Amino acid sequence: MRDVQEIRDEIYPPMVEGSHDYASVTDKISDYTLKKRTPFGWFVGFGIAFLIVQILMFTVLYLLITGVGIFGNNQPIGWAFPIINFVWWIGIGHAGTLISAILLLLNQKWRTSINRFAEAMTLFAVACAGMFPVLHTGRPWLAFWMLPYPNTMGMWQNFRSPLMWDVFAVSTYATVSLLFWYVGLIPDIATLRDRAKNPYFKFIYGCLAWGWRGSARHWHRYELAYLLLAGLSTPLVLSVHSIVSFDFSVAQLPGWHATIFPPYFVAGAIFAGFAMVLILCIPLRVWYNMKDLITDTHLVYMGKIMLATGLIVCYGYAAEAFFAWYSATDFEVYMMYNRMWGGPYWWSYWLLILCNGISIQFLWFKRFRESAFWLFIISIVVSIGMWLERFVIIVTSLHRDFLPSSWGMFAPTIFDFSMFLGTIGFFVALIFLFVRMLPVISIFEVRTLLPEAEVKRHGYDHEHGGTGSIGD
Amino acid sequence: MDKQIYGLLAEFDTTTEIVVAAEKVRDAGYTKTDAFSPFPIHEMDEALGIKRTILPYLVFGGGITGLLVGLGLQIYTHVIEYPIIVGGRPHLSLPAFVPPAYEMTILLAAFTAVLGMLFLNGLPKPYHPVFNVPRFSLASREKFFLLIQSEDPQFDYGETKEFMESLKPQEVFIVDE
Repeated sequence: MRDVQEIRDEIYPPMVEGSHDYASVTDKISDYTLKKRTPFGWFVGFGIAFLIVQILMFTVLYLLITGVGIFGNNQPIGWAFPIINFVWWIGIGHAGTLISAILLLLNQKWRTSINRFAEAMTLFAVACAGMFPVLHTGRPWLAFWMLPYPNTMGMWQNFRSPLMWDVFAVSTYATVSLLFWYVGLIPDIATLRDRAKNPYFKFIYGCLAWGWRGSARHWHRYELAYLLLAGLSTPLVLSVHSIVSFDFSVAQLPGWHATIFPPYFVAGAIFAGFAMVLILCIPLRVWYNMKDLITDTHLVYMGKIMLATGLIVCYGYAAEAFFAWYSATDFEVYMMYNRMWGGPYWWSYWLLILCNGISIQFLWFKRFRESAFWLFIISIVVSIGMWLERFVIIVTSLHRDFLPSSWGMFAPTIFDFSMFLGTIGFFVALIFLFVRMLPVISIFEVRTLLPEAEVKRHGYDHEHGGTGSIGD
Repeated sequence: MDKQIYGLLAEFDTTTEIVVAAEKVRDAGYTKTDAFSPFPIHEMDEALGIKRTILPYLVFGGGITGLLVGLGLQIYTHVIEYPIIVGGRPHLSLPAFVPPAYEMTILLAAFTAVLGMLFLNGLPKPYHPVFNVPRFSLASREKFFLLIQSEDPQFDYGETKEFMESLKPQEVFIVDE
């Protein structure tokens, strides 16, 4: 018979490996920011990303000088790359909030070592997403017209439009994600402040830490505030991608007008987001030698979530096809036939099924799930697949309008690609700056994962329950 | 005593030690006390006798305000100020007003949670006497500190110092004002 401890370890594997104590986890994580010299690879990586940001700057400049005609958008495909990229980026952000909020409420302690950079990823992804709707109008200096304020034109926004809902949902999402991330950072910035030797850094971190001193009274309110933020962010993250899906499903277009859209979009967002978290954290834990904090168990869990959400997405594909057939509407049936076999974009649909449906089936097997290499490859394939999903939904639904006289084709221009590539560079550059300047793992929450964080007193623990991560 | 002091600070190594010590301080009748730790310790709330914060009520208020502002804005603009028919829907099309009103609820509640937490904690506060103790910088790394303020009615320099030393800390520091 196996003893209880062995079974316990199997069910709850340790989330911090190796011999660590409070001081060693603190030093390990904060030294990357404070002490260690910037590695040469950082300059190479950041340099490349920064060059790609220049491509973005050039594209935006050219867009502002010339107008939206530089993109391949046309009639009937009035929405193309900008909205595809917007939805792709905003979806990626969702994993960060899921990890920080939903997994906190579910008391999943493994979230602790990945929540910080997942939240950072959310913020940067939302920043990239926000650029597309603002810039694709061609006149971004008038973007403030989307905000309800009393104006001399005597006009108000149409709040019945899903596009207006988007403004509220995305701006609230960005703000609340920033608040959540910053609140989580305050105690860690205080650690940096106390450990910084350079007086300038000490001053900057001191300002950002707001004089945090780890008082028990402060922790009490802090934890409650954090828990409340998690409670508020949980429905928020589900609402954001639901509202993004309303942009499509409220329209009457075959291929868009489906009730499956909100849950299918939310699952797709989490699916894409976890793929991006894996893409970021697999190299990070190798380069930053953090395999003891971001353990193999973390990767396996993320792989499992990717499999689960991926299967929901596949269900969405099946439901779409079923609805099209069951509706017995000529337009719906034709849309699906056109998307799968008859139309010029049939290849994009099957590529999508290959990337999102077939590739994740490997995650059923331990051999792939437990290999960082294969998880990385599958994550990249999934990211491509989720981009294709939006391409399929948007372009193949639009290019065959109700009247054959308004049928058309879409061909992206080089500026469609350069803007998308540019935002990827922007995202990567921000990630590089983040890992250099702030602790990539929540130090204070990792301290609570250590066995000695528990108050050990005979009889006390059983009556009152032990300590755990915040949110217990 | 010629010099005004802020209080006495005792340093501990483990969570268990400081929670036990905090209970003794509470039982001895001290009220102007505080504990400092590198991470939250749940037992500390009870050990120090910390009252539950009013923050959740403030957040609820913030959320309700957000809801009313969100709904009010849409009803005012669509029904009173700028009534215009779009898509054949009524002026007062409440179901369509749900998403913005909902987002406003979350936004104001979240701001209240963060700003309320900082306000109730008295932050930002760049200067605090405990920072005068050089070893206090370890409170954000690995050590635990227990403070009894000189404001406490029971505070007596000699007696309190002796009492704190009886709690078996690593060291007791004097915190200058």
